[in-house]
Amino acid sequence: MKIKRRAALKGLAAGLAAPLVLRHAALGADPIKVVGIHDASGGLDIYGKPMIACLDFAVDEVNAAGGLLGRPVQLINYDPQSNIQLYTQFATQAATKDHAAVVQGGITSASREAIRPILDRYRTLYFYNTQYEGGVCDRNTFCTGSTPAQNVQKLMPYIMPKWGKKVYVIAADYNYGQITSKWITKYTRDGGGSVLAVDFFPLDVTDFGPAIQKIQQAKPDIVVSALVGGAHVSFYRQWAASGMKSRIPMASTTFGGGNETLILSPEEADGIVCAYSYFQEIDTPANKAFLEKFHAKMGPNAPYLGAELAMRTYVGFNLWAEGVRKAGSIDRMKVIEALETGIVNHGPPGTTIIDPKTNHVTLDVYLAEAHDRGFKVLQSFPDQPPSDTQMVCDLQKHPNENKQYVVDVKM
Amino acid sequence: MDIVFAVGFQVMSGVATLLITSLGLAIIFGMMRVINLAHGEFLMLGAYAAILSARAGLNIWIAMLVVAPLVVGGIGLVIERLIIRRLYGRMVDTMLATWGLSLALIGAVTMIFGNTVAGFSAPLGSFAIGSFTASAYALFLIAAAIVLFGGIWALLRFTPAGLIARGTMQNAEMASALGVSPERVYAVTFAAGSAVSGLAGALIAPFSGVVPTMGAAFIAKSFITVITGGAAMLAGTFSASGLLGTVATLGTFATTPVFGEVMMLVVAIVLLRLLPQGITGRFFRRSL
Repeated sequence: MKIKRRAALKGLAAGLAAPLVLRHAALGADPIKVVGIHDASGGLDIYGKPMIACLDFAVDEVNAAGGLLGRPVQLINYDPQSNIQLYTQFATQAATKDHAAVVQGGITSASREAIRPILDRYRTLYFYNTQYEGGVCDRNTFCTGSTPAQNVQKLMPYIMPKWGKKVYVIAADYNYGQITSKWITKYTRDGGGSVLAVDFFPLDVTDFGPAIQKIQQAKPDIVVSALVGGAHVSFYRQWAASGMKSRIPMASTTFGGGNETLILSPEEADGIVCAYSYFQEIDTPANKAFLEKFHAKMGPNAPYLGAELAMRTYVGFNLWAEGVRKAGSIDRMKVIEALETGIVNHGPPGTTIIDPKTNHVTLDVYLAEAHDRGFKVLQSFPDQPPSDTQMVCDLQKHPNENKQYVVDVKM
Repeated sequence: MDIVFAVGFQVMSGVATLLITSLGLAIIFGMMRVINLAHGEFLMLGAYAAILSARAGLNIWIAMLVVAPLVVGGIGLVIERLIIRRLYGRMVDTMLATWGLSLALIGAVTMIFGNTVAGFSAPLGSFAIGSFTASAYALFLIAAAIVLFGGIWALLRFTPAGLIARGTMQNAEMASALGVSPERVYAVTFAAGSAVSGLAGALIAPFSGVVPTMGAAFIAKSFITVITGGAAMLAGTFSASGLLGTVATLGTFATTPVFGEVMMLVVAIVLLRLLPQGITGRFFRRSL
């Protein structure tokens, strides 16, 4: 048999087009495009992977219930590989090529500040679902994670009466660590304590030997860690290996956001105290129901959700979906206005309400301690407003404001 | 007084790390004048060999001290056969080829194991110096550096194989005229250098974390150490890692890890301006 070139090309073209046509037919209407930008590889994948799993799950859930406004939601996930350059590239792509209705993503504050201006410029709605240092005042950006007034403010008053007043801070050397260490300093002083020193480490530092000796020399009562990423996990290993863990207790604003409690041994992790707006271990009917569905769907591949980030991504997407339903449109301004009516989400972590003054959220905060490859929840604080950002930002009065406020603390 | 011990211990552990991670490169560069830009990836392969065999249930010490050097030594042998031997005497070409090799190895390992940080905890517990405690593994690292360095020195100094290696290093043509096959000597040297790099990668894995790109963090420091050391392979690497490791660790104590490394680089640059042939271009010239 002789294959004619033209016939072969036709067949090939039909073969290539078939899945596209079939998919359109199956989904009916034109899909609404949602772009997720989370690191699925590189040093930040310890946070990114569970966040992506939760976003996938949230989109599937909405689609299973008939989509949004009668249209299916199409999720496009990009992996910036823990590389800021790729973040800017994918954000531009999301806005100009995909014409995304919303971009959900960004893990480190550095990545957020890289893509926020791009999405502002292209007028593409942006959701940042990570706990961070607070202060972003931008009508186009919704920050749905907890901020220092919600987490550090719970952490310090719990540990200082228990452990002592001399605090040593070790933090990641970029905007998150720099600003968060100021908040830690502020809340330590508010509690009558003092910060002995703040040490910053670039994200690729893995040898903490000298740092640990310096901490021993300073003899603090408490070490507070704001370390970030896979490389910094080795601090907890070296801290335990040098025998310090039993001598000086530790709290953290970042520990457990990823899979730290799984990759460290219980001897290395147990006892570290953290405050976040979610822990997989919180014991509420809503959370249990969610986990049951999540595990039923993901099976053995279901990641451990740890604290905050993954769940906030799930809630962030649902807040946006609620905004779209209320607006009856995916038009950016209409959705923003709908969200600013104070959309409420009753989800697994409790109640989340959008604060129209700051485009941040009021949420429930939990205090927990690392325990046996997970967390043991100690206390809960319902309805915590983002009071740090509220002090400086009022988008109702100044809707065109676009900046990040930084707390002013003399170090 | 404790603080003096604590800082001294940290300095020693910094020097030991630098020495261990540079030795493999120094052997290959010193003996063969081949600049192996894939040195960092040899470290990475050693770390992966150790962590994978440890996960497969092997005793962690055997995984680190036996499996890692054997695996990477074997890989080195193959790479010498396929790539390096075709490029002897062409320094720029070998640099280009090994750089390509480095990218290929990173890509291959990323494809197989993913671009994600794995790690295992340092074996051994902690020990105390007065009121300071430190990881006993760092102590082991210092001992390992001494044993490794002493072993290589003794091998080159006292054994017939060492004599042949030194002879080939000094004058390959003359050695060849005397019945030695320089090709075989080079092949063995490259494999031995690779094995030492693999061992080094396994030894640093517990505190560095294991990731396909981990070599990048060490290769620059290793190069600077070897170049600063100069012509004499062992004496050069030893003196350079002693000096640079001390500067980096003390700098880190006084300021931050970033400035510690900056200080180390500044010292290396100043030193190379004053001694373009490296430390052993002026001092210890007749040593190994």
